[in-house]
Amino acid sequence: MDGMLHSEPETQIGHWRGYVQRHRAISAGDAEELEDHLREQIADLEQAGLSGGEAFLVAVRRMGDLDQVSREFAREHSERLWKQLVLTSGPDEQTDAHARRELAIVLGLAVASALAIKVPPLVGLGWTDDSAGFYARNLSLFVLPFLAAFFAWKRQLSWSDSLRLLVPPFALGAVVANAYPFTENGATEVLTAIHLPIALWLAAGLAYVSGDVGSHRRRMDFIRFTGEWVVYYALLALGGGVLVGLTTAGFATLEVNLSTVVPEWVLPCGALGAVIIAGWLVEAKQSVVENIAPVLTRVFTPLTTLMLLALLVAIPAAGGLVEVDRTLLILVDLILVLVLGLLLYALSARDPHAPPDTFDRLQLLLVVSALAVDALMLYAMFGRVAEFGVSPNKAAALGLNLVLLVNLAWAARLSIGFLRRRLPFTRLERWQTTYLPVYGIWAAVVVLTFPLAFGFA
Amino acid sequence: MKIDKDLVAASATPLVLGILADGGSYGYAILKRVNELSTGRMTWTDGMLYPLLHRLERLGYVAASWQVAPSGRRRRHYEITASGKQALAERRQQWEVVTGALDRVWREAAIGPKPLLAPAAGLER
Repeated sequence: MDGMLHSEPETQIGHWRGYVQRHRAISAGDAEELEDHLREQIADLEQAGLSGGEAFLVAVRRMGDLDQVSREFAREHSERLWKQLVLTSGPDEQTDAHARRELAIVLGLAVASALAIKVPPLVGLGWTDDSAGFYARNLSLFVLPFLAAFFAWKRQLSWSDSLRLLVPPFALGAVVANAYPFTENGATEVLTAIHLPIALWLAAGLAYVSGDVGSHRRRMDFIRFTGEWVVYYALLALGGGVLVGLTTAGFATLEVNLSTVVPEWVLPCGALGAVIIAGWLVEAKQSVVENIAPVLTRVFTPLTTLMLLALLVAIPAAGGLVEVDRTLLILVDLILVLVLGLLLYALSARDPHAPPDTFDRLQLLLVVSALAVDALMLYAMFGRVAEFGVSPNKAAALGLNLVLLVNLAWAARLSIGFLRRRLPFTRLERWQTTYLPVYGIWAAVVVLTFPLAFGFA
Repeated sequence: MKIDKDLVAASATPLVLGILADGGSYGYAILKRVNELSTGRMTWTDGMLYPLLHRLERLGYVAASWQVAPSGRRRRHYEITASGKQALAERRQQWEVVTGALDRVWREAAIGPKPLLAPAAGLER
């Protein structure tokens, strides 16, 4: 059929292909599919007696307005749309002014967050050992409201929606963190310090999805955002650490001692400001990191699987678990969090239409071996918990374990269905987006009820 | 005669699924079949077929795979799945209700106010 095309239509098709490929929502595979269609149409029209040039024109016309087709593709593939949404770059003045305004707002919020943590010292709560508990409990309250405000501004959330969605969780968090009479350095205080940021992160997510909590696509976008935020924050922290080290060393040669300025100002203010900046970077420079997450997943999925399998072999070889305590349970929880993180990274970066491949099988192996390690350790733990009774730490660790176990077990089941081609890939995605609020709810339960249940110990 | 855009959109899914239920196919051939079935009176914007096929794929109604066409180019081939057949059966029932109701309307309009002999049970449901 190709032989029937003369050189002129061939060049025209080349131009057309270039034009199709400029549409971000149309992937290379889709472009190929459309081109195949165009070529068949041209061949048929030529057979009906049209000249090459005429056939090309008719075929292109029948294909329809490519901008519309592209929009339709974008609607269908939110992961491609995600790229489109955030790339507001354009030469025109309006977007330029908008970008400058956004930068000003982001910097303003970052500075506000950095200064917020310097407010307590003004009222006599300095950076001392006595106030360590206060800072640990409140850390997320110094920064996440500002991040939520950024989302609310970016998504053009109305004032009434913002107040309705965001004020209750943050206000409740602030009250609980400060009104509960915690025992200093007690377990429930530490648990609050760990769980409040998680609950409030998901509360900030309410603004991120612009209040549209029912939308699974938006939830998936928030999962993506979280994953990439972690990558950006780690990069910023690394760079910031190097810079602080060099500056301290540089001033040391001048015999200027920075040992009070760095821990009291640079570290806390920088760490909080970076939360906002990282959030903005994910939104603005999406395409930079989106290549990192899949790479990280591909590298660490096999390695983590190996580690888990080695553990599985080593436990019986060592004659069972020797030291069974809550550190072990926390360790297992951390392993499960890592596995879930890898799973989510892979899900968010995967082309939902690709058929199951070796990597999907490897991922199932990862999840199953994590479940096996967890089952072994839980079995070993079980008697001990009954023996020593329930402490807040054990209850929190066991609860988290349950939350993760349910997620991973069901994910493994769906993944088997997907590998057998019985279930579409979207079911896996759907499960994770459905489950997303559970983390926030669990964290909120720990923050709200554990101190009460365990007498603020 | 030009068929209304909304009608084309509403009938697109059952048409595509129905064609695929007859055997696996690819984009251009599906469009040609639609043309044949409607004797050229239903015109689709060709490009719009592909986002639709992808949507059906995401819903699990069709499965796609890359195959090599006789021309040597790669071509995406679509097959209907079990849940696609189920969806098709449901759509078919819905359409039968709609076309049945319309059918009565046309006949009544043609005959005028004279009461019909056909049982009204079907309409009441």
